[in-house]
Amino acid sequence: MTDTLLTISGLTKAYPGVVANDTVSFEIKEGEVHALLGENGAGKSTLVKMIYGLVKPDSGTMTLRGEVFAPPEPRAARATGVAMVFQHFSLFDALNVAENIALGMENPPPMGDLASRIREVSENYGLPLDPFRTVGDLSAGERQRVEIIRCLLQDPKLLIMDEPTSVLTPQEVEILFQTLRKLTSEGVAILYISHKLEEIRTLCDHATILRLGKNVSTCIPAETSARDMAELMVGSAFASPARADRELGEIALDISGLSVASTGAFGTPLRNIHLTVQEGEILGIGGVAGNGQDELLTALSGEVTTDHDAVKFMGQPVGRLGPTARREMGLLTAPEERLGHAAAPDMSLIENALLTAAQRENLMHRGFLKWADTRSFANRVIEAFDVRTPGPENAARSLSGGNLQKFVIGREVLQNPKVLVVNQPTWGVDAAAAASIRQSLLDLAAGGTAVICISQDLDELMEISDRFGALNEGRLSDIRPAQGLTVDEIGLMMGGAHGMEVAHG
Amino acid sequence: MLKLEKRPQPSRSWTYLTPLLAVVITMIVGGALFSLMGNNPVEVIRTIFWDPLFGEFAFYYRPQMLVKGAPLILIAIGLSLGFRAGIWNIGAEGQYIIGAITGAAVGLAFYPMESWIIFPLMVLAGALGGWAWAMIPAILKTRFGTNEILVSLMLVYVAEQLLAKMALGALKNPDGFGFPGSRNFQQYPSGHNAEIIAGSGMHWGVVAAFIAVIFAYVLLNRHILGYHIRLTGQAPRAARFAGVRPTRLILFCLGASGALAGLAGMFEVSGPAGQINIDFNVGYGFTAIIVAFLGRLHPVGILLAGLLMALTYIGGEIAQSNLGLPAAAIQMFQGMLLFFLLAVDLLTNYRIRLAKAEAA
Repeated sequence: MTDTLLTISGLTKAYPGVVANDTVSFEIKEGEVHALLGENGAGKSTLVKMIYGLVKPDSGTMTLRGEVFAPPEPRAARATGVAMVFQHFSLFDALNVAENIALGMENPPPMGDLASRIREVSENYGLPLDPFRTVGDLSAGERQRVEIIRCLLQDPKLLIMDEPTSVLTPQEVEILFQTLRKLTSEGVAILYISHKLEEIRTLCDHATILRLGKNVSTCIPAETSARDMAELMVGSAFASPARADRELGEIALDISGLSVASTGAFGTPLRNIHLTVQEGEILGIGGVAGNGQDELLTALSGEVTTDHDAVKFMGQPVGRLGPTARREMGLLTAPEERLGHAAAPDMSLIENALLTAAQRENLMHRGFLKWADTRSFANRVIEAFDVRTPGPENAARSLSGGNLQKFVIGREVLQNPKVLVVNQPTWGVDAAAAASIRQSLLDLAAGGTAVICISQDLDELMEISDRFGALNEGRLSDIRPAQGLTVDEIGLMMGGAHGMEVAHG
Repeated sequence: MLKLEKRPQPSRSWTYLTPLLAVVITMIVGGALFSLMGNNPVEVIRTIFWDPLFGEFAFYYRPQMLVKGAPLILIAIGLSLGFRAGIWNIGAEGQYIIGAITGAAVGLAFYPMESWIIFPLMVLAGALGGWAWAMIPAILKTRFGTNEILVSLMLVYVAEQLLAKMALGALKNPDGFGFPGSRNFQQYPSGHNAEIIAGSGMHWGVVAAFIAVIFAYVLLNRHILGYHIRLTGQAPRAARFAGVRPTRLILFCLGASGALAGLAGMFEVSGPAGQINIDFNVGYGFTAIIVAFLGRLHPVGILLAGLLMALTYIGGEIAQSNLGLPAAAIQMFQGMLLFFLLAVDLLTNYRIRLAKAEAA
């Protein structure tokens, strides 16, 4: 079982202006789970794209079971036994599971045969899935099962998984891990990409760490602490957010009986949400993606208006007010989608600073804009949040995701909000920047701001929140103190394992 | 192999260079077209671009540039506001006609009274007429979600029918011996949009066009409303997040472009055209769409593009009469300008690279 499956030596791939992979070498053995670790932009995606035949290396070689392996396209990679589960699913909502799987096959068998093979594989590996359900009705975890089963039907030797647990509840993660362990016991090797270091410690046998395109280190995750691995990824030590003891003040935001109809065919309606958050408190809201997070944020920002009394700000009903009126009162928000929602991609950072700060930062006079003041506000955000950019006149889209995220959060934090609602504040942000964003939220709360942090990163929520609730299919669970919550309890609040009843009952 | 590569941010120099490049390519391809038709391309291009400005009869043609350019600029400025916000008013021609009808109707209602108040009232009526005509697609869009492109375009043909009806009916000159068409404003001093300086081509419509350019420039660069217009066009979701109300913006953009088109129609009917007639409209409302894009939806750019377009109109007419070119060839030449502009526009956001074949 310890034969080498895939050897990678000296792989290099350069794009204009950046070397994505610089002489990367490592080995994957049969039947092992090999972790690939690194910050955003460290070159993980480029590397797996080369293995999967999506990108051709500039130099370097790969050997698969002793033979030269240079797949010109993904089809060739699949034919030699390399399969990949992408972070973003490529499924058609309107088709059912079996139809979706058939679409990805070279010569799909008749639908009845395919359905029985899907059932067989799904039972073998403990991945319950009904082949005739419409994909649009499935949870994120179930959709991922479709993708995994699609791969397993090809009898892979190497399964590449890109951030597979970011859309799962803890219970679903446990199911996935059982499946992966069963696969490895049959000799399949798994190349596992994740940011979640604790997961890697429980699952993976070896880890290769990439930094700025080079493999800087290897380690055995079970024998290395998460903190050490994080520092290997970043290349230096960084400070963990520290929380100060805080006095809680008045109830700043009171949501009672908030319901919002769903917008699209597969959107999530909000159902009768109740919550309160006090001055100086951080309320964490967890949940798997697509369970109403976006809808909750837009209902609080004022983009979607609701019953006037459903949302009360400092005792005042604001449900029918638009975003501008809410901002003037001190209710600020930062949406998840940075490009196109929180910021306009083609506009400069100066213009983007104006986007939410026009009123509170006094950047206009009778409708006429004060560009000089706007520029200095943008510069303040850039300095205070260490946004890496040549200058504020650069377009938002020219910034990396993490830098733009720092700008978007900083823009709201510097306006001294009374209530700040953020959705996925550290999504796609490197570990050091994420720590500084979390610290700024903690500092804000220490100054008496009520903060609602919507996130899919449970570690993040446990680190900063005072109380915790979870969204599941548009409903909010009971809100409980964050301290002392077990992973099991959190998982149940998030809805447990979605769709487990299908295969058994 | 050529390969397109997205620029990290739009290139500033190409933003200004693409219109010039488009003009040059149009000259080359247009010249080839003219030579295929048996003309000397250099002579045709010179007739279109050079003669109106510096030729023997330039003293006559130069004022004509203002006369033809003013309505184009006035309409294009209004359209550009909507286009920036992603609101597509294609029916400026209709709003132009209605503005002319309402403006003329108010003036003719006072005939033969003479008073300084009549002309300002006509200006107001013209703007209101165009505004009201544009409110039809605006309200249908905000209330029922109809497509403003289709509604505004179809209303052009309604307006044309109305124009014919007016020229033959209610506004027909009672002393006109049964000929179609209204009284001529050139013979009604209080209602006449005369040249401010005789022989310069400078009438009140030209003044209005310059004011519109300045107004639009200030609006787009210095005012929150202009910022919201640009934001809505570039990132509609971010605009909602910023607090822009789409309904208001639609009403403003369509209303403003309708009012400006109506003004253009009113200045035209009371000045250069002189009267309401069946063939009053000559397509300024459609050409203004080209002008708006040729000017990069930028007020100063539109000013220059409007003058350039006026030049091709005048030069085209000279080429038709002196060189015997068909009108269709001239229209094609103008169409090419927009075509090439949109094509080279790609260079603002992308750069072209010579890509080596990737090693297998």
